[in-house]
Amino acid sequence: MLSKLKLNAIVLLTLISISGAAFSVVELAEFKSAEEEARYKSLIAELRCPKCQNQNLLDSDAPIAADLRRKTRTLIDEGKSNQEVKAFMLDRYGDFVLYKPRFTAATAFLWIGPFVLLALVVFSLLRRIRKKQDAELLKSSQADDEAVRIKVRNLMSSSPSLGKPNETPNND
Amino acid sequence: MKTKFLIPLFAFFALAILLGVGLTLNPKELPSALINKPAPHFSLDLLNGSGSTFSPSDLKGERWILNVWASWCPSCKYEHPIFNEIASKTSIPLVGLNYKDKPQDATRWLAQRGNPYTKIPSDINGDVGIEWGVYGAPETFVIDEQGNIIYRHAGPIDPQILESEIAPFFPQLQTLFASAKG
Repeated sequence: MLSKLKLNAIVLLTLISISGAAFSVVELAEFKSAEEEARYKSLIAELRCPKCQNQNLLDSDAPIAADLRRKTRTLIDEGKSNQEVKAFMLDRYGDFVLYKPRFTAATAFLWIGPFVLLALVVFSLLRRIRKKQDAELLKSSQADDEAVRIKVRNLMSSSPSLGKPNETPNND
Repeated sequence: MKTKFLIPLFAFFALAILLGVGLTLNPKELPSALINKPAPHFSLDLLNGSGSTFSPSDLKGERWILNVWASWCPSCKYEHPIFNEIASKTSIPLVGLNYKDKPQDATRWLAQRGNPYTKIPSDINGDVGIEWGVYGAPETFVIDEQGNIIYRHAGPIDPQILESEIAPFFPQLQTLFASAKG
């Protein structure tokens, strides 16, 4: 089915893509435990490179990103918790280094804004729906009234005992 | 009631103005986390200082400038004449933190362009830079008499920034600009 050439090409492409992943910017680092290594990886993915605007420390090959990776490694090595590492970076580089902003007075709108907007939309939508329902209810009740009126009129005109006095004109 | 249809239009313009203003801001101007905080402590060997060191506490009681520079940094060449000028016309302590540089390159660079610095601590691996929240050279800090950072500028200083942002901290610079004008 597949020619040998095609198969070779596929194997080659696969190998190239794998080696590409292996040669990413991050230097080799040794850790005391797998848990520390996992923490390191999650931290450098979460911390933002201050020089390169929109890359995390993991992606960036800027010198400062390499320095901050090294610092992160050292801090983990010294037994600092994730929270302490983040606080260290925050104290020196400000909120910018965190891809996930903290909840402060300045960022409150950022965090709550979407929910406020959602609540507003839901509220106004509900109001509109209710208004429409009320209008329809009124319309249908008016229609009901009309139907009853016609029914009564028909009843009155078809019933001889009720209809007679009205039907025969009074000639007195 | 008739004007209700205009609400989306106004909302659109309000959003357009907000985003328009956002576009004019410079995303590279990061707010500094260290303003009005004590200058981070360090003790570094001086460039070619035969073992003598510099520490920010050496300048306690004085208002001084810390300039982060390196011989590999192109913008440092651009701003260097300004520091030469400050050094020749004022007595403001000007510390040049040599950031992630090779000492021999730094020495050659200064020999070519002049050395305005009163002290040159050598931060070879960039650790002190991290403590100060430096993310690249050049950067310039002003430290007050109590040892607090009162100003920080990331990127090269130009004459306009010197006059409008740094001179207000130093009467000596202000008189310099005043005499240049008058």
